[in-house]
Amino acid sequence: MPESQVRIALVFPSLLGTYGDGGNASVLAQRLRWRGIDADVIDVGVDDAVPEQADLYVLGGGEDTAQTLAVSRLSDGVLARAVAAGKTVFAVCAGFQILGESFLVGAGDIVPGLGLVDCRTDRLPGERAVGELLTDAADGLGVLTGYENHGGRTVLGADARPLARVRDGVGNGDGSGGDGLVQGNVVATYLHGPALARNPALADHLLRTVVADLSPLDDHEEEELRAERFAFLRRTRRTSRWRRQWRPPARDA
Amino acid sequence: MTARFALARAAGRTASGLSRVTGRGGGTTIGGRVTLLVDPDALAQAAVGRELALVSGTNGKTTTRTLLVAALATRGPVVSNSGGANLPTGLTAALTADRTSRVGVLEVDEPFLPKVAAAVMPRVVVLLNLSRDQLDRYAEVRRLAGVWHDTLAAMPDVHVVANADDPLVAWAGSAAADVTWVSAGQRWTYDSTACPACGDILHRDGEGGWRSDGCGLSRPTPTWRVDGTVVIDPTGERHPVELAIPGQVNVGNAALAAAAAARWGVSATDALRAMAAIGSVEGRYLQTSFSGRPVRLLLAKNPAGWSEALQMARSDTGLVVAVNARAADGRDPSWLWDVPFEVLRGRHAVATGERSRDVAVRLRYAGVEHVRVDDLAQAVRAAHGSGPVDVLANYTAFQGYRKVVRDA
Repeated sequence: MPESQVRIALVFPSLLGTYGDGGNASVLAQRLRWRGIDADVIDVGVDDAVPEQADLYVLGGGEDTAQTLAVSRLSDGVLARAVAAGKTVFAVCAGFQILGESFLVGAGDIVPGLGLVDCRTDRLPGERAVGELLTDAADGLGVLTGYENHGGRTVLGADARPLARVRDGVGNGDGSGGDGLVQGNVVATYLHGPALARNPALADHLLRTVVADLSPLDDHEEEELRAERFAFLRRTRRTSRWRRQWRPPARDA
Repeated sequence: MTARFALARAAGRTASGLSRVTGRGGGTTIGGRVTLLVDPDALAQAAVGRELALVSGTNGKTTTRTLLVAALATRGPVVSNSGGANLPTGLTAALTADRTSRVGVLEVDEPFLPKVAAAVMPRVVVLLNLSRDQLDRYAEVRRLAGVWHDTLAAMPDVHVVANADDPLVAWAGSAAADVTWVSAGQRWTYDSTACPACGDILHRDGEGGWRSDGCGLSRPTPTWRVDGTVVIDPTGERHPVELAIPGQVNVGNAALAAAAAARWGVSATDALRAMAAIGSVEGRYLQTSFSGRPVRLLLAKNPAGWSEALQMARSDTGLVVAVNARAADGRDPSWLWDVPFEVLRGRHAVATGERSRDVAVRLRYAGVEHVRVDDLAQAVRAAHGSGPVDVLANYTAFQGYRKVVRDA
């Protein structure tokens, strides 16, 4: 357990923060503070060095150019040393992709990733994956809810396992039915929302890698949001079943 | 005029009339759709012989269009897509409904700018700003800037009036042959950390200037500038702006509209005086009474717009935050976490709208005291105190509120 303060590095929010993913760092920090544990979020600017001594590193989604720029800024090895030292890293979407061996940008140019986890990303064969994403997670985390918006297809290698099994949506899109990745203390997903605001159990799971004892919190507002999203998906499933039965498949726009 | 276009226009008018009579809608969109079905070239046909200005950008389209219409109306009649239907169907309906006005101002949905510009051959294109909005529909904002860039490069006769402070807009506008640069301000910079031209880092000097590390793209030198609530024209003359509508962002929009109006020979003094009289823009900034309390409606659709709206919200009033996530809003309200709700700490807010639960969770983590209610009228009653209430709403929540307020 850290001596005094838990330091959360929010890595390049101006590059990797297109879908509100910076909220993940706020959620982690607040859930510590509400328990009386001091927490500090370090917003790492593009010109700043990524701190060597953070306890948790958070990366979010971003556009192609920003993603490529983020990789070049991260090749100084700080994140690699953090992963090697067993620090916790939580990465979403583009942040997830850049941790792997390679990913695609623009018209299909292959960009080498940081190679910190065993996965590589190319393109989903069909349309971009856009919509609610609902998954069943391992590690007693239960159901994870969020929103995905990506064109990437991520294939995991032997050293990694998926964070969760997809119930609704696409996730990694590699045909295995998984979303995200777990490898050591690196946890990654395609869930926006932000993921940790919509899944406080996942937030606490990450915090437990830094702080052993976490007292329970009153999460009834998060639970209400989750229940409303689950109900929405149940309604959508019914409607799409009905549509399939009674209408010809919709034409592409 | 072709016979087909005449027929298309008549068909559109009939459809729109039927839609209104049967109470199915305002009739604008359906009328335009029918017209375009009968004659796919109808938008171009309806624009023949007119001098049009197109206004596009993520935020401020409707307000800037309204300001520019006011300025140009000092010279004569102006056709415009009032009502804010800014897709080709709505634009076709607006232009076919008014057969006489030679001058027109049309606001255009950002991704439709290429198609509309190619059809109507505008005299002026006004580019306001570009930032993340409805990412489930438009994907990446950088690509949108690229589409604008290519469109303007292919239209050498168009005069562009563009916000030099916004790198995405400046890069797109720089493709045009003839540009009036306006320093209209940019508070939201998170979508232009990387250079839109080369992908390297953009550096900002803190005073509106910016420059790319890689290719050297930098802020074009503006000829129109904003200094507080003063607009400075290209001769250096200072024009105090006394807009009835709130917000620093709207002083920038007024400067852009004045620069566009100058292309028609309207002086900055005349243009800004005409703009000052506008009290509300299609419900935005409208002051009214609802649930027994004075209410002011503020529309914000995306993080950049919300950042501006939070600045406009008065500090001594009740506050309602209403958010939906329908198709027109974007289905994913993750953007709530890009909005600095932390500035409301110490105040009380009411979360409402179809995604009120997302708002409530956001306010919880922002440390803002709040309650959540489903009903809009209840939300106004639940707002802090017993006096005036500012209602900040995103697009469809705002439209819903306008309807309720009108019917009350």
